[in-house]
Amino acid sequence: MTSTADLVCRDLTKDFTDFRAVDHVNFEVPNGSFFSILGPSGCGKTTLLRMIAGFQFPTSGDLLIKGKSMIGVGPNKRPVSMVFQHLALFPMMNIGKNVGFGLRQRGVAEAEIKTRVGRILERVGLPGIQDRSVDQLSGGQKQRVAIARCMVLEPDVLLLDEPLGALDLKLREHMKIELKTLQAEFNTTFVYITHDQSEALVMSDNIAVMNNGRFDQIGTAEELYYEPSNAFVAGFVGDANRFDGKVVGVDGQIVSIVTDGGAEMRGKTTAGVPAMGQRAQIFVRPEAIALLKDPAQTADHMNTGEWIVDSVLFNGANSLVILRHPKSGETIHATLPQTGTFLGLSKGQSVHTSWAPEQARCFATEGQ
Amino acid sequence: MRSDQSKLGFYLLLSPLLLWLVTLIILPHMGLFAVSISEKVGVREYETGFGNYAVFFNEPLYWRTFARTAIMSIMTTVLTLLLGFPIAYYIAKLMRGRAKTTLFLMCLIPFWVSELVRTFGWMILLRETGVLSNFLQFTGVIDGPVEFLYNDAAIMVGLVYTSILFMIVPLVTTLDSLDDSLIEAGYDLGGSGFSILREIVIPHAMPGIVSGCIVVFMLSLGNYLTPILLGGKDSLWFTGLIYTQFITRFNWELGSAFGFLLLALSSTIVFLGLKLSRQSLTNTMGR
Repeated sequence: MTSTADLVCRDLTKDFTDFRAVDHVNFEVPNGSFFSILGPSGCGKTTLLRMIAGFQFPTSGDLLIKGKSMIGVGPNKRPVSMVFQHLALFPMMNIGKNVGFGLRQRGVAEAEIKTRVGRILERVGLPGIQDRSVDQLSGGQKQRVAIARCMVLEPDVLLLDEPLGALDLKLREHMKIELKTLQAEFNTTFVYITHDQSEALVMSDNIAVMNNGRFDQIGTAEELYYEPSNAFVAGFVGDANRFDGKVVGVDGQIVSIVTDGGAEMRGKTTAGVPAMGQRAQIFVRPEAIALLKDPAQTADHMNTGEWIVDSVLFNGANSLVILRHPKSGETIHATLPQTGTFLGLSKGQSVHTSWAPEQARCFATEGQ
Repeated sequence: MRSDQSKLGFYLLLSPLLLWLVTLIILPHMGLFAVSISEKVGVREYETGFGNYAVFFNEPLYWRTFARTAIMSIMTTVLTLLLGFPIAYYIAKLMRGRAKTTLFLMCLIPFWVSELVRTFGWMILLRETGVLSNFLQFTGVIDGPVEFLYNDAAIMVGLVYTSILFMIVPLVTTLDSLDDSLIEAGYDLGGSGFSILREIVIPHAMPGIVSGCIVVFMLSLGNYLTPILLGGKDSLWFTGLIYTQFITRFNWELGSAFGFLLLALSSTIVFLGLKLSRQSLTNTMGR
C-alpha cells in the first residue's frame, strides 16, 4: 500500500497559538485516486491542505509525497500544484503566459513551452485561447485554465481548495462531472477539500470526514452514507432526521430509545452498545421512511407511527414531506414517493410511517 | 423644466473647477508666456521674440543647472522608489491589523510639521557641529569635525526624505489590492521570490509605481527649500535660478522663460516615463 501511495500523512498536527487546527491526522492517498476531505468550515481542512502545499509547516508528524518527506521543503520545490479557491489566475498575463508560468520557472525552452501549453489547453477543451486575457473567460473556462496551469507541470498530486465555491449552482453541477472526467483522463491524484457533501460524494473515490481537526471517518461515499462511524458523520453526510433520547432497551445491536418528546423508536448500533439509561441519538435518512395511508401490518421491531403532515416541500424527484408527531411535537423529514400515491397530500392530514431499525443508526451521545 | 434644473446644477458644480482652472492655471501661464516672449530693448520698450530662450541656451550655467536639476530629480525618484517599495511591501503584505495602521501612521507623522522644520532637523543632524559629526568623533571614526551639509548627497537625502511618503502611499494602496493567493500561486507553480516579484508583484503595482514616481519627480523638480537649505549656495537648483531672476535681478522676462522651460521639462520626462512603462495617465493618476 505504502509503495503505491502518492501522499501519506502520519500523525500530522498543526498548533496555532491558542488552538490545534489539525490533530494527529493519518491517511494515505493511493496513486491516481480522487480523495476528498469533507468538513464544516473551521474544521482545519484548509490548514491541512496548505500544509500539503507547503504554505504552512506542521508542528509535528510527517508528510510524504511519493515516499519522500516534505518537511522543510518549500512550496516551490514540491511536486504538488494547487487550484486556489478563487483560482488565482494572474490578471497581468494572458492565458498562454498564465499556463506557461510554471514551465518558465523551470527554465523550459520557449518553443517547448508553447507546444506544451497548446497541448494542455486542448486537453481541457479550450484550444487556441492563449492570447485572451483572464477577464475575457467565463467562470467555467477560468476553472479549466486554472487546472491546466497546474497540470502542465505534471504534478504528483493536485490539490483543489473548494474551487467550485464561487460558481453558480448549475455550473457547479456541470463542473463536478467535468472535474471527475478530467481526473480520470489525467490519472493524477486529486486531493479535494470542500464543505459541500454532494461535491465530495459525487466525485471522490475516498472521502475523509473532518471535524475539529480530526478525521472522523475515511471511506467511500457509500460507506460514509450507509455506515457512518459516529454521530457527526451520520448528521453531516447526507440528510438525516435526528432524535435525542434515553436508552430504554437493548436487544443485540438494536437499541430502543424514548425521545425527549416521549416517542419510542429503535435503531441499530455499530459503534458500541450504549448502556441502559444513557443518552443516545438515532439518525434516520428521509428515504428510509416509508409512508403509508393505513396503519402498517408490520413485523416486530419496526418503527411505526402516525404523524400529521406539517408541510409538503415539492421539489420534483427530491420532494419532501415534513411530519409532526401528534404527541411529542417532534418533526421528521420523509421523502415523498413519486408513485402518485400521495398526490394531493396536504397540511393537517395524517399518515402512517414505518422504517426498519436496521436503516436507522444509534450512537451514544458524546461527552458522558 | 427638470432638465434645465439639472443642467443648472451641473454648471454650478462645474464652475469652481472652471474658475480654478482659468484663473489660477491658464491665465497665469498665458501671462507668463506673454512675458517670456517679450525682450527688453530699452526702458519700458519691449519687442516680441524668443531672445530670452536664446539666453538660456547660450549660457552654459543655465542649461547645465537645468540638466543637473533634471538628473538629480530622476535619481531622487529612483532612490525613493528603491527605498519606498520594500517599506510599502512590508506594510501592505506582511503586516496585519493594528500593526499595519500604526506603521502607516508612523510614515505620516513627520509630515505633520512643515517642510522647513523638517529640513532644519536634517541640518541639525548633518552640520559640522551636528549630531552625526559629533557621534563619529566620539566613536573615533574621524579626528576632527566634518561638514556633511552643503553637498549633493545632502540634497538627495533631503529630497528623498521629503518625498518618500508620496511614494509609499500609492504603493501601499496598489500592493494592498494584490491578492495574497496570487503570490502563493506563484510559489506553488515553482516560482522563486525574485521571479514572483518581477512577473506578478511589480506588474500589479505598476500603476502605483508610476503615479508615485510622477509625484516624487515633480515635487523634487519644483522643490526650492530643500536644495537651498541643504545644498547651500552651491546647490544650483533650477528653481533657485528662477527665484533669482524674479526677485534679485528683476528680470521677469528671463524668469518666465525659465518657468516655461521647467514646465516643458517635467511634461517631457513624465511623458517619456509613461511611454517607457506602458502606462497611461488615466490608469495611474485616475485611480
